[in-house]
Amino acid sequence: MKLVYFAWVRERIGKAEEEIELPGEVTTVRDLAAWLAGRGEGYAYAFENPAVVRAALDRKHVKPDAPVAGAHEVAFFPPMTGG
Amino acid sequence: MSAPCPVAIRVQTADFDLASEVAALTAGRTDIGAVATFSGLCRDEQGRLAALELEHYPGMAEEEMRRVAEQACARWPLMGLTAIHRSGRIPPGGNIVLVVAASAHRAAAFAAAEFMMDFLKTRAPFWKKEHGIDGSAGDWVEAKDADDRAAERWG
Repeated sequence: MKLVYFAWVRERIGKAEEEIELPGEVTTVRDLAAWLAGRGEGYAYAFENPAVVRAALDRKHVKPDAPVAGAHEVAFFPPMTGG
Repeated sequence: MSAPCPVAIRVQTADFDLASEVAALTAGRTDIGAVATFSGLCRDEQGRLAALELEHYPGMAEEEMRRVAEQACARWPLMGLTAIHRSGRIPPGGNIVLVVAASAHRAAAFAAAEFMMDFLKTRAPFWKKEHGIDGSAGDWVEAKDADDRAAERWG
């Protein structure tokens, strides 16, 4: 599964994208964020306030309880500030 | 069946020209009676900023802008809708975003342009980072609750 990160989520983690093997216990976007937060200091910092971080599955906005199974690309990013 | 509503969506580093985009939308048409344009520019925040850096999620940014545009076309009798968002480093005074909405009458054009901007701000994956005149790469701009409320009022 491909993970992509943007803005301060990307900066805190220290990379723009990576490939992961989805652990068996990870079912939802919320689970994935919690699992990522345990992978090191940068990840912990990125997800220190998980309610703030937004997610998209295959380029569509999703809620934290969305199941991640079957997604090709999961994105994590801060609230949008374009326009 | 409503009239076709041509939608043009672009994310680009290059600047855009308002007059050219209006001309492109209205070329060859004699049924359009109203064109509303909105352009958003980079402010210097009381002289503090050297530039804003616009990051986006390639692919999703365009798709999300198109989804919002199609909702606007379904909601108002539009005859064309263009939305352009720039990425990369933009100095104060530079253009960031453009919406052009065309219709037979002004009410739909005004409303659609405002709707497009409200949802573009809260749905399209773009992020602004501030660069200070002192050379510092500063903070990421924080999302505003006011923008969420502006989007919510459309129901």
